[in-house]
Parts: sequence; structure tokens; C-alpha cells
Amino acid sequence: MKAATAEDKRWTRKHLLGLEELSADEIRFVLDTASSLKEVSTRSVKKVPALRGKVVVNAFWEASTRTRTSFELAAQRLSADVIDFSESGSSVSKGETLIDTARNIEAMGIDVIVIRHPAAGAAELLSRSVRCSVVNAGDGAHEHPTQGLLDLYTIRERFGGKVEGKKVAIVGDIANSRVARSNVWGLTKLGAEVMLVGPPTLLPRSFEQLGARVTHDFDSVIGEVDVVNMLRVQFERIKSSQFPSVREFTSMYGLTWDRFQRCKKDVFIMHPGPMNRGIEIQSDIADGPQSGILQQVTNGLAVRMAVLYLVTQVGG
Amino acid sequence: MSSILIQNGTILDPSQKLERKGDLLVRNGKVAASGNNLGKADQVIDARGCFVTPGLIDIHVHFREPGDEEEETIASGAASAVAGGFTSVCCMPNTKPALDNEAQIEFVFQESERVGLANVYPIGAITKSRAGKELAEIGSMHRRGAVAFSDDGVGVADASVMRKALQYSKMFDTVLMQHCEEPTLSGGPMHAGLMSTTLGMPGVAAEAEQLMIARDLLLNRTIGCRYHVQHISTAWSVELVRRAKRDGQAVTCEVAPHHLLLTDESCRGYDTNFKMNPPLRSAADVAACIEGVKDGTIDCLATDHAPHLAEEKELEFQNAPFGIIGLECALPLYVKALIEPGHIDWMRLIELMTSASAAIVKLNKGTLREGADADVTIIDPQRRWTIDAEQFASKSRNCPFNGREVTGRPIATIVGGAVKWRLQ
Repeated sequence: MKAATAEDKRWTRKHLLGLEELSADEIRFVLDTASSLKEVSTRSVKKVPALRGKVVVNAFWEASTRTRTSFELAAQRLSADVIDFSESGSSVSKGETLIDTARNIEAMGIDVIVIRHPAAGAAELLSRSVRCSVVNAGDGAHEHPTQGLLDLYTIRERFGGKVEGKKVAIVGDIANSRVARSNVWGLTKLGAEVMLVGPPTLLPRSFEQLGARVTHDFDSVIGEVDVVNMLRVQFERIKSSQFPSVREFTSMYGLTWDRFQRCKKDVFIMHPGPMNRGIEIQSDIADGPQSGILQQVTNGLAVRMAVLYLVTQVGG
Repeated sequence: MSSILIQNGTILDPSQKLERKGDLLVRNGKVAASGNNLGKADQVIDARGCFVTPGLIDIHVHFREPGDEEEETIASGAASAVAGGFTSVCCMPNTKPALDNEAQIEFVFQESERVGLANVYPIGAITKSRAGKELAEIGSMHRRGAVAFSDDGVGVADASVMRKALQYSKMFDTVLMQHCEEPTLSGGPMHAGLMSTTLGMPGVAAEAEQLMIARDLLLNRTIGCRYHVQHISTAWSVELVRRAKRDGQAVTCEVAPHHLLLTDESCRGYDTNFKMNPPLRSAADVAACIEGVKDGTIDCLATDHAPHLAEEKELEFQNAPFGIIGLECALPLYVKALIEPGHIDWMRLIELMTSASAAIVKLNKGTLREGADADVTIIDPQRRWTIDAEQFASKSRNCPFNGREVTGRPIATIVGGAVKWRLQ
């Protein structure tokens, strides 16, 4: 792989907090770096020494299996030491503030904190309070930049390197989705056309000002899109009456077999997981040949390797 | 008692529509005379180049005592007040426990007197423990000197309780102040709009404020109690008050400096010193508040001085408490928001900070007439300075304007005929 160095002007960020602040060139550079790192996972010895002697902490204030595992594996493949720090058995449950906890972790000599937190802005707050690198693994409904990057990577791979001009529908609970926000920033920067689809209670009009098209009628756009990215239905939203029932949601916004058949023949189906099979997406579509769901997971590893690698090359 | 002669300033007294170069003599705690050649005094203050105005009055502050004395006390709050040119302030009852009975009202008066800086007047709670269920002893607190009633921090959500409060308070001719926020539309840490969408935070809809104002105006239409909207912040809120005034309703309202200067754009970066309730709104809302000041819909200016410790504020935006401090930088911020762009002149600004405020809470203050209480603020309108929260007399530092270059500053504050603060 081509190593980025401290002098490399293509990447100068010590933290990855979101895709909003990245330029198109920076995004492409992360994706290119991920490309060259993807090959590592196909070797019989799945390891490079790039981060040997570095320490990465996974600090997760919110339950997560796949993102945490993916970051852990990514760090290990780069030969970093990885520490897992999550809610159970830590001082998080003892009422310590985020900043205090983070400073304590950092005092042990840490190079990167990967943070997942239920509060929007938590990663940015952390980045102002510690000297090590901070990678946002999801902060409230704000951003989930590595998910955005891996989605971009997967779309780019699927369409032979081209994201520009592709029409991408993101469907479901947009208002509460950090995945949707990171996707909107990333896709629009790379020139894709983003259509957000969901009921008005889960999709405020203000998203139009972020550069996306907003529609409440899935069927009106189903035939023209190249990619359908289905978001997970969050059942607690039903309790707060953001929509009346799962049944009604599925009938209006689920990727059913009937809707799938009205899609373009080469439509690409994505889902950030974990899926509610039969609710937002029908099982045989998720498992079918046009689904990129497992590729997303595979690419997530490469993208996170790239991110960990790049932020640790920047001084400080 | 001693006498003070304030020389060579420009006496600016909106209560008399007076703007005149000259001297002001105070003696035995009262304004003795104004004019020229007023004779000798024990103490002389040179006010050349300065305005000599009635002492500034703020009808909306939080002094946190009893309960959160580490954030502010009546003593530190009063010190902060005089350092900002304020001679009288009205403190909100959302202390722990709440100021909801006459003993608590008496406590504030006693503590204010003991401290002996600014006059601190208590505002009593509308409901017991500010819980919104049962009326507090409004009559007893009123007799004891509570200048107004409010459950500030929250609005009285229950319409039947609010109606009873309006009906009951009417007989005392006191004023009910409402923190207008319909709780079922609330719950977010910032204004609902493009910025909350971008930052991924739930928003407080502007309608949460508007709905409660509209409801209260409707409830009060046939009752006619004096009703005051606290910290007004949205365009339609201002319009609702404007229309009610046109209809002859007994309604007044106030606006805070931050709602005249900042928008929700400031929340980018998740700095919790930009988190307050009501939240920073859109540019259109700011423009409407300024228009409300210009056309008289907004009756007075108030800071909503709300101290919090740094460690309380150093949290995730959604978990941090609401509120910012304002007493020690309010005047230059109003200058920046209202005078520098040419919206109003100094006479009007001082009126909005003195006689207009006094009228709402029926304080016999806010004037430099002969015989009035000698509460006087001397203001250098040209003085340029940098706001430095570290220098504040307040116990707290949660000020989003820290580091701002501003113009205009009080240089001396006289309360009851004695100098309580001078700029060092």
C-alpha cells in the first residue's frame, strides 16, 4: 500500500468527527486508502505492522456489536493494541462525566479513542478535551462517519468506481438517523443524487436544505433509483407515535417484493444493519443477488482500518 | 447619611424625558437636586463624558439561593448586579426549595439588606413547589412584598390552574409572569430548525412558546389580570403580544440580550454556553424581537441571568443545564444589538432598562426626580472593553459573549445614596 505520511497534505485531520466537514477529495482519499488496505484481509496472515505500538480504545456508551467488533478487528489488523471500554463494569455507570472518563482513559497513554455515544456532539466535545485522536463511531442522531464512508465505498465498488450521478434512496426514520446524515453529506459531496423517503413525522423538510430531495411517497421514486438504502425501523418510535403501526410502516415504506420488482433491474440494495427482516426489508431481497449488505460489513473493516491509520499519522 | 455630587455628566432620565448636561446631588439616600452650582458634598464623582441615569433594573435574574449556592448566592448575585450597573433586580423563585411562601420571601429581603449592594426583590412562585398543581399563597407573599409571581423554569401547563392563578392574582393587582413553553411540544436542547437537523438534536418548536402565550391571552381576555411574557423569543410570539395590546389586553413582555444578538447557528460546535431556554432561534425571530423593541410591543429588557458551574456545563449539549449569565455584560450587549445598528437611541434604551421595568413590577424606582430613591448608574457610552468572564463578580462563568469586544460600560453604581461599585 501507499503510505500517507505526516507531510502528506491529502490528510491533515487528527480526528474523524463527521463527513460534513470533509471535502470530496478527503473522502476519496480515505476510500482509496481503504482500497489498498482491503487486500490485507485476504492474506493468510491478516496483519500489517502499520500501528504497531499504538493503543486504540473502543469507548462505547451505547450498545453495539458490529461497529465495535469492526473497529476492534480493524485495529488488530494494523497491529495496534485494542482495549474495550464499555458501559458494564466501568465508571460510566457511576455518574462520572464523559470528559473525566475520557481524560482518565487518555492518561493511560492512548493514541485513539473510538467513541460511540447517545448524545449528539459527544465526539466533538471529546476532541476538544483530549490530546489523542478521536474517531466518531456514532454520536446520537448526528453522524456515523465510518458507516457513511463504508456505504460510499460499497456503492463506488458496485458501480465501477463511480458515485457521481447515481440516484440513492435512503428510506425510513431519517430524523433520528446518524447513518442518514453521514450518507447525505458523503453522497452529495461525491456528486450523487440523494432522495430521502419517509413519513413527515420522521423526515423534516429541512433536510432539503442539506442538499437532498425529500419525498413521502416511496413508490414515486422506486423506479428511478440506482441504490436503495433501507434504514432500521426503531420500535421505540412507534411508542412515541411517530408512526401508527409497524404494519402501516411496512405497507408504505418497506422494501417488499412488489416494490422490488418495480425497481431498476440492476438496483443495488443496502442496509446498515441490524435488519428487521420482514419489516423494512423482505428476507429474500436482503439475501438476494442484488443485496450488498454483507459487502458493506466487509468493506467496513477496510474503511475503519484506513481511518485508524490516517488519524494516527497526523502529529500530536 | 452622606451626600454625593455627580459632576459634569449628562443627566439622562427617561421618566422625565430629560437629557441635560449638569450635576446631580444625592443626599440622605434620595435625589436632592439636579442642575448646576449645587454646592458642596461629602464626595464628588466626575462624570465627564458619561450618562447619569436612574439605576438599571432587571426583572429577571436567578440567584440560586437557597439550594445551589455554589452557582450563585444573593450576595454574589447582588455584587454581579452592581458591577453591571444594576441597582435593583427581581429574582426568580426556582430555588431549592422554591420561593413559594412568605418565609422565603422574607428571607430574600433580609439577605438583600444584609448584603447591602443591589436591591434584590423576590418573585414568588405561582404554584406550590412550582409543581403546577395548587396555587401557592400568592396573597401572603404579595403582602410580604413579592413583586410578581412566576413558576419560571417551567410554565404553568395546566390551563385550569393558570386560569385560577389569573383570577386570584387580579385582586392584588400584581403581575403574573409566565415562562411560556407548552411541555408536550418541548423536550429538545435547542430550537427546531435546519441547525437542529444538521446537528442531530431534537428541537423545541417555536410553537411551544406561542401556544402558551396564545392560551394565556385567551384565558386572560375576560379576567384582565396583569400578565407578562418572560424572555420572548419567536416572531409569532411578538405578533401575538402586539395584537393583544392592540385589543387593549393587560399584557407586557421582556426580551433578553442573547435573543437580540444570537441565532441557533451558534449551537454549531455544541458549546453549551449557547444552550438556554428558550433556545436561540432563527434570524427571522431575532429580527422580529428587534422590531418588537422598536415599536414598543416589547416593554422592557431583562437578562435572565442564570448561573451554572463550569463542570455542570462541561457536558454533552443535550445533557447540560439551560442558561447563561448576563448581568455584567447586558448593557453593552444591548448597545450592540439596539443602538449601534440605529434601532433606538440611548434615551429609549435607558427607559427599557429603568422606568419601563419598574412599571411592570410596580417599583417606585427608575427615576431621578427630586425625592426619589438615590439609585443612580453612571455610564461611559464610549468605553471600549473586552468581556472577560473571569473578572466577573458572579460565581459562575457561563457566558457565551466571553471575549467579545463591546462598547459602553457602567463606571459607577449608586444604590440608596451610597456608591456600591466603581470600575477599577
